Amino acid sequence: MGVALSVHADAGRRRIEELFQEHEARVFKRWLEIARSPVGDQVESGRLADQLRELSEALRQSFGDSSDLSDLRGLLSELSRNRARQGFTPTETATLVFGLKEALYEVVEEDGSPEAIRGFIWFSRVIDELGLFTMESYAAAREKIIIDQAEQLLELSTPVVKLWEGIVAVPLVGTLDSARTQVVMEKLLQTLVDTGSEHAVIDITGVPAVDTEVAQHLLKTVVAARLMGAECVISGIRPQIAHTIVTLGIEFGDIVTKATLADALAHTLRASGVKFVKGGESRIAVRTVEG
Amino acid sequence: MDRVPILKLGDILIVSIQIDLQDMSVLALQEDLSEKVVETGARGVIIDISAVEIVDSFIGRMLATIAGISRMLDAETIVVGMRPAVAITLVELGLSLGGVRTALNLEKGVALLNQIEDAQRGKASR
Amino acid sequence: MTTAKELPINVNGDVVLVRQHVRTVAVDVGLSLVDQTKVVTAASELARNALVYAGGGQVRVEVVHRGMRLGLRMVFSDNGPGIPDIEQALTDGWTTGGGLGLGLSGSRRLVDEFDLESTPGEGTLITVTKWAR
Repeated sequence: MGVALSVHADAGRRRIEELFQEHEARVFKRWLEIARSPVGDQVESGRLADQLRELSEALRQSFGDSSDLSDLRGLLSELSRNRARQGFTPTETATLVFGLKEALYEVVEEDGSPEAIRGFIWFSRVIDELGLFTMESYAAAREKIIIDQAEQLLELSTPVVKLWEGIVAVPLVGTLDSARTQVVMEKLLQTLVDTGSEHAVIDITGVPAVDTEVAQHLLKTVVAARLMGAECVISGIRPQIAHTIVTLGIEFGDIVTKATLADALAHTLRASGVKFVKGGESRIAVRTVEG
Repeated sequence: MDRVPILKLGDILIVSIQIDLQDMSVLALQEDLSEKVVETGARGVIIDISAVEIVDSFIGRMLATIAGISRMLDAETIVVGMRPAVAITLVELGLSLGGVRTALNLEKGVALLNQIEDAQRGKASR
Repeated sequence: MTTAKELPINVNGDVVLVRQHVRTVAVDVGLSLVDQTKVVTAASELARNALVYAGGGQVRVEVVHRGMRLGLRMVFSDNGPGIPDIEQALTDGWTTGGGLGLGLSGSRRLVDEFDLESTPGEGTLITVTKWAR
């Protein structure tokens, strides 16, 4: 538990455990009263009572074996999650846990023995830790939600579209950072395999600025695709970006780059052997004049 | 020690690398392939690495060597099925496969071999 | 979670075992597929180096922590001839023909942290770490 115990504290702790056991029903009733006050709803009260009862039971069991608090922690995590879902702030949930101190204090005050008083200090620290734990659980859960959402956002904002049979395109929009570019790279390469496409167009029209790292990632993507047996064309290179890339001394070698997506499409279509023939021209009526 | 099986598809030899290749198997494969190329008069060798999770410099050199030997025996080598994670790692390693040709999969590999054959025939007939 | 493990690198077959073990730990640490591939490939390179250039050695694979982040650390050690010119070794790549050069610069790019200590005549110690994102 992390609470250092002196010899006196042992006796104090034992006294508290005894008191808790003896007056369990009364303490629980008081605790429920304290916890219930902001909540008027009957159904909620019932559920709250059940949760507190489970906690109380787990707490009592932990007295016997102070090293294993996993059950207690588990219950507290669940309580924290449920309460968060119901719209309670983490402070409200922690306060609920802290309420047990007040509930027990009445019994301690009645008992009045020095052991009980000392033991109460120990009990207070236990409850404090548990209350803080509910706050930590809450924070961790929120953190996880944010991370999940960030991942989903990344997924959504990097679509790989099919332009033609055997040609896919990745229209990149917005600022590119290292992490995002890598995700795009991996997604593109996987799509090439999954669709059996030998051509890809990476369009950066919607990217305002390209730095060394991003340019390197793009280059690596093209080389990786080539290693796998596919060719990439980079399109949407605006004058400023072209300037940046040249100034940075990044060699694009024999990688095909086009100013517009349209040019890139025409290029890849030609490269994949597709020929476009213009349809019928305007009709010309010819009248031969016999002379 | 298991010897990697070599399949024949017309005048193309196909090798599918499934297991984590031990060093001895690599040498055995190189020998077996060159023998078979000569024996069958094959014009192409396709090495399928779609089941290979790790390609380090040793495997990379093996692929380049096989391609070199085959070319001397008048057969083109195509490596197919490279996994994205492998490709990305190879790029980071800075390892090129010595210009070994690659294709996305077996089907495309065969198509590429045919393309090369046609181009060569075209040149020869001029 | 796996505890630190020492693996010998004395024969060809050991390289495969090192790869397999590193892969397992990489998965435990939560590395992405691409990062797993990179770190296992680096392990393969470094193990092979120990075998070929030092006549054998060992690797210690362990899970490390930096705050909440988990990482995979490998320490390759051998009592081989050592590397006389570390600067050069770290810039040397491979040649397609004979494979001269240890390809250390390549392996370095596959990991997040790379440390090399070598004393000619005594041996080499290479410590690499890959962190989970």
